Amino acid sequence: MLAAIAFYVLAAVAIVSAIAVISARNPVHSVLFLILTFFTAAGLFVLLGAEFLAMLLVVVYVGAVAVLFLFVVMMLDVDFVELKQGFLSYLPVGFLIALALLGELGLVAVAATSANGAPLAIAPEGVSEITNAEAIGQVLYTQYLLVFQLAGLILFVAMIGAIVLTLRHRPGVKKQDIAAQVGRRRSQAVELKDIRPGQGLN
Amino acid sequence: MNPNGDYVPFVRWPVEAEWALMKTGQVLGIMIYLLLTLAFILLFDRKVWAAVQIRKGPNVVGPFGLLQSFADFFKFVLKEIVIPAGANKTVFILAPLITFVLAFIGWAVIPFGNNIVISDLNVGILYLFAISSLGVYGIIMGGWASNSKYPFLGALRSAAQMVSYEVSIGFVIISVLLLVGSLNLSVIVDSQRDGIWMWHGFRIFNFAEFPSNILVGVTMLAMLVVFFVSALAETNRPPFDLPEAESELVAGYQVEYSSTPYLLFMIGEYLNIVLMCAMINILFLGGWHLPWGPLDNPALGFIFFGVKIWAVFFMFAMVKAIVPRYRYDQLMRLGWKIFLPTSLVAVIAIGYYVTFLAPGANATLAGG
Repeated sequence: MLAAIAFYVLAAVAIVSAIAVISARNPVHSVLFLILTFFTAAGLFVLLGAEFLAMLLVVVYVGAVAVLFLFVVMMLDVDFVELKQGFLSYLPVGFLIALALLGELGLVAVAATSANGAPLAIAPEGVSEITNAEAIGQVLYTQYLLVFQLAGLILFVAMIGAIVLTLRHRPGVKKQDIAAQVGRRRSQAVELKDIRPGQGLN
Repeated sequence: MNPNGDYVPFVRWPVEAEWALMKTGQVLGIMIYLLLTLAFILLFDRKVWAAVQIRKGPNVVGPFGLLQSFADFFKFVLKEIVIPAGANKTVFILAPLITFVLAFIGWAVIPFGNNIVISDLNVGILYLFAISSLGVYGIIMGGWASNSKYPFLGALRSAAQMVSYEVSIGFVIISVLLLVGSLNLSVIVDSQRDGIWMWHGFRIFNFAEFPSNILVGVTMLAMLVVFFVSALAETNRPPFDLPEAESELVAGYQVEYSSTPYLLFMIGEYLNIVLMCAMINILFLGGWHLPWGPLDNPALGFIFFGVKIWAVFFMFAMVKAIVPRYRYDQLMRLGWKIFLPTSLVAVIAIGYYVTFLAPGANATLAGG
């Protein structure tokens, strides 16, 4: 009963906030609604018993990716009226994409239910006794090791690319060299001079 | 229908209602405990700060100033809430509420003593990590909604700062849970039950495992330091209080806030600090267990857990009183160039220990 209530509340919030993402006038509000959508999706994962995935969704998407979204959208000087100009002209394209996605989801759902009553994926023996995190670890680092490492490599290359594109070495910029500061000794910094009266320091 | 053929109604209202009432009661109890703790820990913070500067601190309201926080509370609540004309009103009000709520829900998985926990999640430590990574939203939203330059700059700084230090906090957590082999906070505490030599911060005293205790001990002590400093940065405590840096940004993201919304921000901030103290306690200092052995009595464990939180908070207060504020580039350098590589190396070292050296590890260097 409580689970059913939780499901309907979370699902309703997810759908409403997902619609609000594309209909909100202010892009910052859009991003905030996107965050709400991610968060409710994480709640749905918990209801499914996939608490590890739920936490990862919150840590990665809500905690890191969406913060950067918000960061960028806030920094941009967006003209809201101009942004909304092309909204109607893009609507048919968006509708087609949504239709294609819906069709694919429907195809999977039909295939999953009509395979002579047998589920497409069968949980291996003993899955119910181990936790989520262990179950994912057991397939991720054995069966899908290559895919996993390739994904990591691609992300790594993308990161290096972004750094190379934005890195500039400007000459004459003063930088703090902590090692040099710490390594400095009294003999290098202080010198005792004997000043004669009337002559000054030269 | 259950396997025996008995009819099981879809709605089992009395049982679930009872469960919901019990959990609500537990949540309310923990909330009141936390708010009371907060009232006195705020005073403690100011007293420690004053003592370092050879002042008396708050000493007027109540004996020794004990009621100062309650007087402050009424003053905050009774003032008028000012919302700037150019502010984005909904987000402006939402921001302190989010900070406040997020500061509380992290405590749902904290075990205060043997079996004293609201929700004993299997992924408890990940849940805490997720909640603390959400804390940045209250600050960004508050800074942006104020529609003013100083708050906005403060919010941007804090976003970069909190995202940076989360990375090294994540690796520290990974090194602890590699040692324990579980994400459950109660299991993490119970793995340190034997005594101070099993506390993850002091594994160097575990001479039974000589010489590998040197590797683990040194690594985990370094991780304790990294976690402590990262916790300071994550909660915007001095010396990393750049989001509010009063000498350059007036008060950062909270410039435009007054009365109750400001109070919510402040409660959220301090509650996050206490939550970090509890995390340090659970991950490195043995939770509710005594230095010389286990403490399985729930009530005594609850008290001793509190004592340890206050002890860790004393460190936070001393740092605030003693260390001058970091500059922004120094902060970023410390996070990315020192803490991140250190914690990465630590994860590798602990992984090596767990795979090859730990008692019960059956892998050998040959790969057998």
